Amino acid sequence: MKVLVCAKQVPNTNEVKIDPVKGTLIRDGVESILNPDDANALEEALKLKDTYEDVTVTVVSMGPPQAETMLRECLAMGADEAILVSGREFGGSDTWATSNAISSALAKIGSFDIIFAGRQAIDGDTAQVGPQIAEKLNIPQITYVQSFELKGNEVVVQRRLEDGYEVVSVKTPCLLTTIKELNKPRYMTMKGIYDAYEKDITVWGFQDLDVPQEKVGLKASPTKVFRSFTPEPKGAGVMLNGSAKDQVAQLMESLKEKHII
Amino acid sequence: MLSKKHEMIRKLAREFAENEIAPYAAQIDETGVYPKELHDKIIACGFHAVTIPKEYGGCGGDTVSATIVTEEFTRVDASASSQLMPNSLSGGSLMLFGNEAQKQKYLRALAEGTMTGAFAITEPGAGSDTAAITTTAEKDGDYYILNGRKCFITQGPDCDFVTVFAKTDPSAKGVKGISAFIVESAWEGFSRGAVEKKMGMHGSPTCDLIFENVRVPKENLLGKEGQGFKICMTTLDSGRITVATQGLGIAQGALDEAIKYVKERVQFGRPISKLQNTQFEIADMATRVECGRQLVYHAAELKDAGLPYSKNAAMAKYYCGDLCNNIAYRALQLHGGYGYMKDYPIERMFRDARLVAIYEGTSEIQRVVIANHVLGK
Repeated sequence: MKVLVCAKQVPNTNEVKIDPVKGTLIRDGVESILNPDDANALEEALKLKDTYEDVTVTVVSMGPPQAETMLRECLAMGADEAILVSGREFGGSDTWATSNAISSALAKIGSFDIIFAGRQAIDGDTAQVGPQIAEKLNIPQITYVQSFELKGNEVVVQRRLEDGYEVVSVKTPCLLTTIKELNKPRYMTMKGIYDAYEKDITVWGFQDLDVPQEKVGLKASPTKVFRSFTPEPKGAGVMLNGSAKDQVAQLMESLKEKHII
Repeated sequence: MLSKKHEMIRKLAREFAENEIAPYAAQIDETGVYPKELHDKIIACGFHAVTIPKEYGGCGGDTVSATIVTEEFTRVDASASSQLMPNSLSGGSLMLFGNEAQKQKYLRALAEGTMTGAFAITEPGAGSDTAAITTTAEKDGDYYILNGRKCFITQGPDCDFVTVFAKTDPSAKGVKGISAFIVESAWEGFSRGAVEKKMGMHGSPTCDLIFENVRVPKENLLGKEGQGFKICMTTLDSGRITVATQGLGIAQGALDEAIKYVKERVQFGRPISKLQNTQFEIADMATRVECGRQLVYHAAELKDAGLPYSKNAAMAKYYCGDLCNNIAYRALQLHGGYGYMKDYPIERMFRDARLVAIYEGTSEIQRVVIANHVLGK
């Protein structure tokens, strides 16, 4: 069984600040990490590898050459191979252009059974690339997967909704986007790190993919950022204490004070 | 400057130490027990077998890698170092002097986590004076008959086998006539004393080991007969880098606690980090910790490069044994009365630090080693 994982190297947004003038992320000196939702995607793929004998896990990423470090971390966690799609031609790609490039790379890999992709990356929060890849590869997709089970060539998952979940099944090949509730990603191992540095990471440039220039890169990207800003933080809320009855009384009083009711 | 591989090892070891070990550090200190679940996680990640070669089930890593892991672990819990013993004492003597069969049996078991090892030199009457050991191993056909008592043995309460140093030639003078044996705890005549009640390092259990007519098969002789002192000293040379690293880890951990505390603690209307005395203290402590780090990693790099490192390891051990006590003392002082309470980790670090200047060669012995190198014997 061939399992593919889409992963992205992102700045650790716990540490990142926004440039108030330019309205962009200040990336200098900020640690780069494997996108958290993608770590859940990789973990689910590795769990399949733990369970079944004939599973190979390939991680695919698009990004600058530095993303190699993140891919080696994926190898050190237990992935079999890693492919980095990298080149100036891809620079500035939005989600549409990115999914063009990545779906082309996945098609080049050939046959596969399941693609796991993280729900969204913490630097953009779009949650679009996974679903777009599935559309472009013409395979079914299930988003927001919080539990996963494989029954032969059928996948049964719980798909998270705002107020619950739905159970969905689909035949492979398919693409699933994963959320943090799905699993707890494993640590790398010391052996894994040593092995990871003995492996080669395959790098595919623009010439290696069957994708036209007008479908990738900044110029091909329909998304135009008009303006970005840091929202003013809201004031701290008021916590009501006491019994339900007391709390309702306090609430009613506050609402009356503000002439809301 | 660390390589990218070493940076990745530090990232892993730090994440693991902060997320998995640190939350248990106070509990381990209180109970003296390393939770089995945590021990198993350490084994699963391979932290204990960094330097054991791949052909024996280890990671085949270098000294710098093991040093990084030890620093990050001891930064949050000094007693975690005993979980890493296969990288130094218990595995070290086997890696250096074990024959193929011994490595396949014992080193592999250490790497796979199926056995715990220990290393026994010290006796009630033989500490720094190794030549004064009275444990004997008398040859009897295909066996040696072992008799004696070893004390302060780290991991003694849990060990499945132990490298024991004993006199095979009682007539030989000084350090001659000492041999090393791999002795399994399951063998008849092996027993353990009570678990010692110590000032610190509670997560690293210690006890006496008693040998009463233990029949040790001759294939468990480590190295050659009479080679014991050399085995002991060579293993300790390497072990010194590990203990120096523990000192560095404790010092860094104490500094981290001090930095956190002085930013939070408000006196005279502002955080005490705004007071110049605090700033000078922190600057001085940070500088000393960095000196210790340079000594430790330089010794580790020399060892990895196959260059002589005995002097540098002794310097690192001597310096860091002092360093962790100095930094823990000053970090506790910056905590004031709160530092004296068990509610803050610095109280534990202060107690744990004391051992680093004592075990695996006291600071005094380190200075003897350094002086011999510098002055010539």
